[in-house]
Amino acid sequence: MSSMTNAVSDGLVITKRNLIKIKRVPDVLVFSTVSPIMFVLLFAYIFGSAITVPGVNYREFLMGGIFVQTVIFGSTWTGASLAEDLQKGIIDRFRSLPMSRSAVLVGRTAADVGNNIVVIVVLALTGLVAGWRIRSSVLEAIAGFLLLLLFAYAISWVMAVVGLAVRTPEIVNNASFIVIFPLTFMANTFVPIDNFPTVIKVVAEWNPVSATTQAVRELFGNTHPAFPPPDVWPLRNPELYALLWVVVILLVFVPLAVRQYRRAAAR
Amino acid sequence: MVLAEGLVKTYGEIRALGGLDLAVPEGSVLGMLGPNGAGKTTCVRVLTTLLPPDSGRAEVAGIDVLRHPQRVREMIGLSGQYAAVDEYLSGFENLDMVGRLYHLGRSAARARARELLGQFRLEDAANRTVKTYSGGMRRRLDLAAALVARPQVLFLDEPTTGLDPRGRTEMWSVLAELVAAGTTVLLTTQYLEEADRLANSIVVVDHGRVIAQGTSDELKAQVGGEVVEVVVAEAHDLPGAERVLTAVGEAAATRDDVARRVRVSVNGRRPGAGVLVDALRRLDDEGVSVLDVAVRRPTLDDVFLRLTGHVAEEHPADGDASRDGATGRGRGGRKTMEEVAR
Repeated sequence: MSSMTNAVSDGLVITKRNLIKIKRVPDVLVFSTVSPIMFVLLFAYIFGSAITVPGVNYREFLMGGIFVQTVIFGSTWTGASLAEDLQKGIIDRFRSLPMSRSAVLVGRTAADVGNNIVVIVVLALTGLVAGWRIRSSVLEAIAGFLLLLLFAYAISWVMAVVGLAVRTPEIVNNASFIVIFPLTFMANTFVPIDNFPTVIKVVAEWNPVSATTQAVRELFGNTHPAFPPPDVWPLRNPELYALLWVVVILLVFVPLAVRQYRRAAAR
Repeated sequence: MVLAEGLVKTYGEIRALGGLDLAVPEGSVLGMLGPNGAGKTTCVRVLTTLLPPDSGRAEVAGIDVLRHPQRVREMIGLSGQYAAVDEYLSGFENLDMVGRLYHLGRSAARARARELLGQFRLEDAANRTVKTYSGGMRRRLDLAAALVARPQVLFLDEPTTGLDPRGRTEMWSVLAELVAAGTTVLLTTQYLEEADRLANSIVVVDHGRVIAQGTSDELKAQVGGEVVEVVVAEAHDLPGAERVLTAVGEAAATRDDVARRVRVSVNGRRPGAGVLVDALRRLDDEGVSVLDVAVRRPTLDDVFLRLTGHVAEEHPADGDASRDGATGRGRGGRKTMEEVAR
């Protein structure tokens, strides 16, 4: 077998192993779906009663933001799982085998796409119950879900670097929340950004979370001409801007993660 | 088959390996004996390609470990001091996965997994998740995982540490079979009895260096030969016993007043049993009443004490660091993870 075929088959073996774990420890999936459901309900019924978005039902406005926030939070699982594997010595076992060097990371991030699919489905169903509707074409809706998965995949690689650097699952969660909370709140996730203080507004306008949220809203048809996005390039071209971020993140963090994997395992 | 020359590895201030040399001939079992923190695990990690040394050279099956790590990995099996098996997978799934990662192919990996589960008496637990296994079962599975690709060289890093006596005895019988089958093995252990039982030759390691080597008998001979030991019934018998043993032995007898015990070294000239018979006759003549007698051969504990000046215990100063942060991934770490999983 060529090394390329080996890399693919090793990646698949590790993906399967990680998916089995998701199945065997359903708590993980339960908790990663319960909190976004809670977010939908809290924001839809508590904040939603006070926030009005011109031309769009707040619950429809909200869902794009919740989708993006959820996949970002879900990506911490990538880091926590890698830290756990390191801690338990399983990475040592893998590294003593003549398997492809990339398989552990490829298999991890691939399995987490599976995790995200389940979470997104549960979230979409909750949204439908709470009054969210997709008002675009089937193709656009599919594009919306694909963009979410792609963005989540890129963030997974960031979290992989974090997980391999801190090596303790609990710390992965705590450390990443410090970054994730401001990142997902200084954006158009839950409220329109027009009335933000100037500095925060600029951050929000250029925040990839905002662009991804805006793109997802547009692809699901949850926007209205009466409420156009702020007149800045990232939010007027949100799909392109979000995809650019995905590419940049992958270009930077895939090599970083591979390097960190080698270093972490060789300690 | 396994060769290490001048391996050095430091972690900050701590020297885990201080120029370690060793050789394991093909088909033999080398026992690497030392307390926690002596550098045993670091040495195994270097030889199994997990850790690059700061300097030195290592070869496994004639292949340079640093230059061709991937080729070395095809030849070796590693069983760590904590069971590195996936507890969310079943025993079968674990072995099947390892087989696939050795590129045995789908059906060959499955067949090999079943074969090993049988060989290690795990058939009944084959489809249960490893979480439900006892410590001994996990270790056996871990060992089975190391054997999946029928490695030419097997590295066993403290295979029985943390096992209860029953688990240890089970593991020893499994290992004895492997050793009898002629696999080349490097075995690290802090149990002197284990090295004595399983290894053809032994290296004693302390502070990252080999401080003695030889067969178990050779090492014991370094310490001195047999010891004749007498326990007397009454304290007032002690001086008489001491006098008699000094007369029959080769050095002054030593006396332990609390245990009412007198011992003397009978190094070599006459067999210990003969000396004992002689001693008993004389003790009887002296009217010393004897409770217990023995001819004791030195244990590897004595060897260790003699060589290092301290008994085989943990080095509190460098124990953790030179085990490559094993505390983080070892038993302590695992407990935290189980809590998280709950």
